[in-house]
Amino acid sequence: MDMPAPSLSILSRKARIVDRLLEVLPQDAVIHDENEVRAYECDALAAYRCPPLVAVLPRTTAEVAAVLRLCLAEGVPVVPRGAGTSLAGGALPTADCVILGVARMNDVLEVNYADRYIRVQAGRTNLAVTGAVEGDGFFYAPDPSSQLACAIAGNIAMNSGGAHCLKYGVTTNNLLGVTLVMMDGTVMEIGGPYMDAGGLDLLGVICGSEGQLGVVTEATLRILPKPEGARPVLIGFESSEVAGACVSDIIKAGVLPVAIEFMDGPCIKACEAFAKAGYPDCEALLIIEVEGAEEEIRHQLRLITDIARRHNPVEIREAADEAQAKRIWLGRKSAFGAMGQINDYMCLDGTIPVSSLPHVLRRIGELSREYGLDVANVFHAGDGNMHPLILYDANLPGDQEKCEALGADILKLCVEVGGCLTGEHGVGIEKRDLMGVQYAPADLEAQLRVKDVFDPKWLLNPAKVFPLQVTASRRAG
Amino acid sequence: MRPETETELCEIIRGAAGPLAVRGGGTRGRAVAGAVLETGGISGIRLYEPGALTLVAAAGTPLAEVEAALAAEGQRLAFEVPDLRAVLGRAGVSTLGGVVAENAAGPRRVQVGACRDFCLGVQFVDGRGDLIRNGGRVMKNVTGYDLVKLLAGSRGQLGVLTEVALKVLPRPETEATLCLPGLSDAQAVAAMAAALGSPYDVTGAAHLPGQGTFLRVEGFEGSVCYRAGQLAAVLRGFGVAEEVAGPWAAIRDVAALVDVPGDLWRLSVRPSDAPGLVARMGAEAVVYDWGGGLIWARLAPGCDLRARLGDFVGHATCLGGGDAQAEPAPEPAPVAALAARLRAAFDPRGIFAGAV
Repeated sequence: MDMPAPSLSILSRKARIVDRLLEVLPQDAVIHDENEVRAYECDALAAYRCPPLVAVLPRTTAEVAAVLRLCLAEGVPVVPRGAGTSLAGGALPTADCVILGVARMNDVLEVNYADRYIRVQAGRTNLAVTGAVEGDGFFYAPDPSSQLACAIAGNIAMNSGGAHCLKYGVTTNNLLGVTLVMMDGTVMEIGGPYMDAGGLDLLGVICGSEGQLGVVTEATLRILPKPEGARPVLIGFESSEVAGACVSDIIKAGVLPVAIEFMDGPCIKACEAFAKAGYPDCEALLIIEVEGAEEEIRHQLRLITDIARRHNPVEIREAADEAQAKRIWLGRKSAFGAMGQINDYMCLDGTIPVSSLPHVLRRIGELSREYGLDVANVFHAGDGNMHPLILYDANLPGDQEKCEALGADILKLCVEVGGCLTGEHGVGIEKRDLMGVQYAPADLEAQLRVKDVFDPKWLLNPAKVFPLQVTASRRAG
Repeated sequence: MRPETETELCEIIRGAAGPLAVRGGGTRGRAVAGAVLETGGISGIRLYEPGALTLVAAAGTPLAEVEAALAAEGQRLAFEVPDLRAVLGRAGVSTLGGVVAENAAGPRRVQVGACRDFCLGVQFVDGRGDLIRNGGRVMKNVTGYDLVKLLAGSRGQLGVLTEVALKVLPRPETEATLCLPGLSDAQAVAAMAAALGSPYDVTGAAHLPGQGTFLRVEGFEGSVCYRAGQLAAVLRGFGVAEEVAGPWAAIRDVAALVDVPGDLWRLSVRPSDAPGLVARMGAEAVVYDWGGGLIWARLAPGCDLRARLGDFVGHATCLGGGDAQAEPAPEPAPVAALAARLRAAFDPRGIFAGAV
């Protein structure tokens, strides 16, 4: 994965840049020691690392504005960072950049139950947003699997999803407003505690812009009343095709579960070996969760299991109590850990139309054999967001490159059937060079023009999202 | 001009010497100068997969055609498109592109979101005459910038939509509506907040002064029956809720203001602020939707509502009525400047300058 060569001019000005940062930030908010900046050398895409020039940890919007103004004046690239949990390299530094971390900005600013919103500083973790309101029966809906650690700032940058977005939507559907600091230090309030934009939907384009348009320091988020209850059912099938057909029939029947999770044979076996959740030995497994009061849950589960029975399931397992519900989720929730035990793995994130599921799974199987690398599939079946896990050996020379090539082929397959490169992890550096597969030059140019408007000097997270050769002339300017 | 294909549309825009008046069904928007460009020629449903809850159609497709195709499969556009022709005194036939360009949303907005929340992908021709695609037809997609949201609600300022991909939802088995009679505006907004803050999945919360406060639940019959009962219990402090036939089409279409003369205003506000704002508004008549988050108001012609209200959280738009022209809500200077630069990036020659 190429990154732009660092600017020698910036590297040579490090002392001066640090001094200027110390003029606008407290001493403990500027990290410039060569060893200490290593803490910021990578995010959760840990295969790629590069210590930044400096890392700053401001505590207020005014401090963020001061840092950005200064970086603009010095021509220094800025890489915004939430909690550093990006799986796509969204927070990967370059040697000549300032990492702007919002982790110290984690206060709750306002909770309003009558109007159902919460306003927080953007460094607050996803789970701590729900934590602030759950005692009163509310929650924040998007639930990425990193929710214990990931920050709202990063959720907004990547438009994060989660297991329950089939019903509740992703970040963009639950975001009401942001305080946005532009690269020139201008502070803007976009949106707020009301439901729609007065003019252009700027909030809509800021969400998911991977930290390239501005730095979000505060967010107004929609909170929802917690459902009365929730319960999963586990259904095993003889083949992925049959499981896929069952998902389609459930959706057509008008049942809208909060989650439909899918695991294929290799994934089931690995999870079973690791977590011993007692999953049936089969080729495909669905975990479907429904919500509501007891009687509503029973009714929806009856509809779902009636449909499933028409597809000759290997097993249908309903949870009789909380402990059994936990066991059903246990294997799925430990899927990534289980894979990590077996091997190094790369987690993909393409989305496909649900109808092409059987075809895509068959092709992934063929590609896996061609490359000689095992692939386990686990994904959000209701919305077609796949997470194929490619197993490889990082210590074996050439294996990582082979794994990346297989990953690229699988993502191209997703686009070929009408899907996309990334459903919830973001492009970052990981899928940057594949953007041309999904978008024609004019499509990309339109997106680049949006960045030109927000960040004319291309200093915010400049080496991400778009192929480097496409952005070269802009980054140079 | 009425192009039949995307290519023809690109050529027309490339060749345009001055502003164009882009017209979908002509049910909204304001009359602008320039040669008329009709979008209805690029029409038709291009893909519909009920099992994937996905529909892709050309932007000039009449809304009615889309709704009929969905109804045949027991599905619908969940965001409940308002029909404002009567209240705006307009004719015409709504097109799908117009619905997206307006980011239309009816009472169900409080639970499921607006049109923008269901837009999966768009194709449009910008002011340069380039055909641009963004998003796709899958429900989760974070590949590159989300221009889909930016185009939804852009009211033709950034380009002419040619195709949209939408997430659709199953039509529920049944619905029930509770009515609380005789509440003051403040009590009504408090009652709606209590309902929307309950776990009973309220999909409509509106207050028609003088007629009642209405709350809707939808779903499978047993579930609707249970939740309506629970909801009535939650609302006990506001009076006895009776089950009525839901006036949701009338609420959605702002029917209560059709025969009231004056300018039509639309305010998007923080719900709990709504009664106070209405008290200061001096309106002839109002309708509260979205639990109070949306206020429709008729004011005496020419009245400057924004001056009357001063600073408040949210925004007010005049949609006209009679001879009045639609005027967009003003934005803070830095936001307005940013939006102007965005418009210039998509439309450097001002071909769509008339769209507001």
